[in-house]
Amino acid sequence: MQWETVIGLEVHVQLATQSKIFSGASTAFGAAPNTQACAVDLGLPGVLPVLNESAVAMAVQFGLGINAEIPEVSVFDRKNYFYADLPKGYQTSQMYHPIVGPGEVEIVLGDDRTKRIRVHHAHLEEDAGKSLHEDYHGMSGIDLNRAGTPLLEIVSEPDMRSAAEAVAYLRAIHAIVTYLGVSDGNMAEGSMRCDVNVSVRPEGQSAFGTRAEIKNVNSFRFVERAIAFEVERQIELIEDGGQVVQETRLYDPELDETRSMRTKEEANDYRYFPCPDLLPVVLDRAYVDHLRSTLPELPAEKRARFENELGLSAYDAGVLSSSRPMAEYFEAVKEVCGDAKLAANWVQGELSGQLNRENLSIADSLVTAQQLGELVSRVKDETINGKAAKQVFAALWNGEGDSADAIIEAKGLKQVTDTGAIEAMIDEVIAESPVQVAQYQDADPDKRGKMIGYFVGQVMKASRGTANPQQVNALLKQKLAP
Amino acid sequence: MHDKTLTELAAGLSAGDFSSRELTDHFLGRIERLDGEINSFITVTAEQAQASADAADATRRQGDAGPLNGLPLALKDLFCTQGVRTSCGSRMLDNFVSPYDATLVERLAAAGTVSLGKTNMDEFAMGSSNESSYYGPVKNPWDLAAVPGGSSGGSAAAVAAGLTPAALGTDTGGSIRQPAAFCGITGLKPTYGRVSRYGMVAYASSLDQGGPMARSAEDCALLLGAIAGHDPRDSTSVTRGVPDYQAELNAPLAGLRIGLPREYFGEGLDPDVEAAVREAIRVYESLGASVQDISLPHTNLAIPAYYVIAPAEASSNLSRFDGVRFGHRCENPSDLIDLYKRSRAEGFGSEVKRRILMGTHTLSEGFFDAYYKKAQQVRRLIRQDFLDAFDEVDVLMGPAAPTPAFDLGANKDPLSMYLQDIYTIAINLAGIPGISVPAGFVGQRPTGLQILGPHFAESQLLNVAHQFQQATDWHLKRPSFGEENS
Repeated sequence: MQWETVIGLEVHVQLATQSKIFSGASTAFGAAPNTQACAVDLGLPGVLPVLNESAVAMAVQFGLGINAEIPEVSVFDRKNYFYADLPKGYQTSQMYHPIVGPGEVEIVLGDDRTKRIRVHHAHLEEDAGKSLHEDYHGMSGIDLNRAGTPLLEIVSEPDMRSAAEAVAYLRAIHAIVTYLGVSDGNMAEGSMRCDVNVSVRPEGQSAFGTRAEIKNVNSFRFVERAIAFEVERQIELIEDGGQVVQETRLYDPELDETRSMRTKEEANDYRYFPCPDLLPVVLDRAYVDHLRSTLPELPAEKRARFENELGLSAYDAGVLSSSRPMAEYFEAVKEVCGDAKLAANWVQGELSGQLNRENLSIADSLVTAQQLGELVSRVKDETINGKAAKQVFAALWNGEGDSADAIIEAKGLKQVTDTGAIEAMIDEVIAESPVQVAQYQDADPDKRGKMIGYFVGQVMKASRGTANPQQVNALLKQKLAP
Repeated sequence: MHDKTLTELAAGLSAGDFSSRELTDHFLGRIERLDGEINSFITVTAEQAQASADAADATRRQGDAGPLNGLPLALKDLFCTQGVRTSCGSRMLDNFVSPYDATLVERLAAAGTVSLGKTNMDEFAMGSSNESSYYGPVKNPWDLAAVPGGSSGGSAAAVAAGLTPAALGTDTGGSIRQPAAFCGITGLKPTYGRVSRYGMVAYASSLDQGGPMARSAEDCALLLGAIAGHDPRDSTSVTRGVPDYQAELNAPLAGLRIGLPREYFGEGLDPDVEAAVREAIRVYESLGASVQDISLPHTNLAIPAYYVIAPAEASSNLSRFDGVRFGHRCENPSDLIDLYKRSRAEGFGSEVKRRILMGTHTLSEGFFDAYYKKAQQVRRLIRQDFLDAFDEVDVLMGPAAPTPAFDLGANKDPLSMYLQDIYTIAINLAGIPGISVPAGFVGQRPTGLQILGPHFAESQLLNVAHQFQQATDWHLKRPSFGEENS
């Protein structure tokens, strides 16, 4: 039987506010345990929450970024359950009236097709603290630094049909929130994590299968692996005559498998009710319109513009718009050199290769966009040839000079286009290679094209890469003609 | 000194008749001698009180004294006080020393008042007799066989017994007004949102409101002015400006329209209490007020709605008492669940457990719509009853409680205890202000007149109450308790 996979994602994005969602404590990552938890975060008797306005603004910006409805009124609810790192015994969240209504996100698939994934809603909530089970000799430690950190939970419709689509969706969300600057999107620090709902059904069946929810997956790769494992598990289970049970599962990256955490029967009754300590959030139109007016160009718009206005391929446009730093870098290079295609080639070629080799992000590039732009300009105006340009790039990366021009000058890489100088080098090479010349001239004219490569190489070597390759080629043909 | 009102004591301090230290020592002495009998204080902070009094005297010498400077007060033991135990009358918080001050505590300290200590209360403010306190019941200074009312029973008894000239209480369903009535003092529940709840340990967040308990309406006006006002730390506190509550105390009452809710004079009302209230109404008529009957048709739904909403909020508010970070923790927990179960089983008393269970039930899946949502709808109807009534009259009057103070141990059954709040609970659901003033006696036990006004009509309530107290002397009566010792 052919099976279809159905996936829905709940993505938790940590908002980049300075302070927590309901208190003035700092949200900075990595401080000593419990040093960033104030009376409100600790849930001391008598304390009250006060909503952080910038968390609201960021949530609304996200909503506008996915063309979502922004309801005029949203309400905070209490989700009641006991856990040691949940100080108040409830999480303040939004169950019935979320801040962001239905919207949609466009994803790009491998063959450059796009697909729209519907977002059911997004709501604001506070994060819990962390339980530390190691190093306490049979006891548990609690760190409440994270308690009260603002989260935006983005709940998709079950619109994804493969692990690849799920990852593309997650990447798209990542791009949107980082473009907007509402989150640093740092998955290693937990700024973005997701719960994955997975089910399978026979192809052509309209009813959904029973789903399993895989909790707290925190990297693109793990999302892909967890779904792959889970889909295989469910299909095997059904094909062996079993049934998928609705349950919460955990993905274990070390064993590359998902494991059952709790079944529906064991699930908590969260006893949601409106939080009486917080007033409903009422957003007036002017406020929302103001936020709308401050939105930057978002990935989908950028991709379209790169493709339609700059003439880039769909693939290039997709890659270069995939993250804000990447897009900004590319656009800066393009501004300096005035050639979008060349800029795209260089950013995706030499620069990306170097970044990958050194495992750096574009923000950490040792060559600035200005430097790369100048370098590309020199390629474009044929001051240097492609081979020399690579040397200049390497030199810039290694800090051997401040600008492409300085390095070209210092290394003498300026392209030689003086026919006389090139002819002199050719004559020398011919004089030193009598055997090869004889072979060339004796060869079938069809094979000479390949054989000329040897002479070109010698001339380029003699010029230390600076000779104009087209000129070398043309002059060699003339001079070698029998 | 202990027979004087707060206003008189303020004048005495201002005139230099006595110092804050002398005043403070006088009340501390009385607490030490007399409180053993009535148990109105959980914690007496004598040393801090003396230090605050000395500081207040120094402020006065420098000429910086405000109107409340140097006046002693007591705080219901659910206002968080930095460095001082804040127990909420519960074993759960017997070991809890707050690291911060409640906003009201801060404001009173900034005004130069002197806190004598923390008063007894029903556990987590759940009760109408002060019998659910972990620290034992409070006795009514008018009759030691009677309860003082609750949940602010310690505050009311301490004022009545002359152990403090005034106190802060809190009122979620009548917890200021009913004990004020039982103890023959004046107690004001402000409009919801008028005073900050920050640092007041929450019972039912949408109903809780702190307020003054004192000898007279004038005293309450003085205190309310110091505690009212927006607090950025409490999102439910209003930004509306605070009027001078003393400015209108002496406005004449001619033309005042008084409504008597029929539902507040029906079955279950003690005839002697009713007689006292009717007599008070006649006093108002003699002052030029007109009286008319009025209906609050949804009154009979107030208690059921309250006992859905308040326990629901409480069940969530009290979840933080889990033995993890503060408060009672059981011995040698075997795991997290054991820690929760035993810490909470040992830390909470039976009335608190009852309300947590009720609230947990009404919020649970399948019951939420039938209970909580329905109760919220009823709440809107009750509020509308009052808004409609205030289209016709300026204030409403009736009894604060259906009976005078009952005997300790008399109301064993929770339901009959809940019915004690029949005239006070709807006011919290509607969010309007109410004041209870002494209006006579049934035997030797006091009874109270309750006056209700529209949202933010505190000035008017205080004016109406003050004019009554200018025309009567019920509020000046003192119990014989402690006289032979003073």
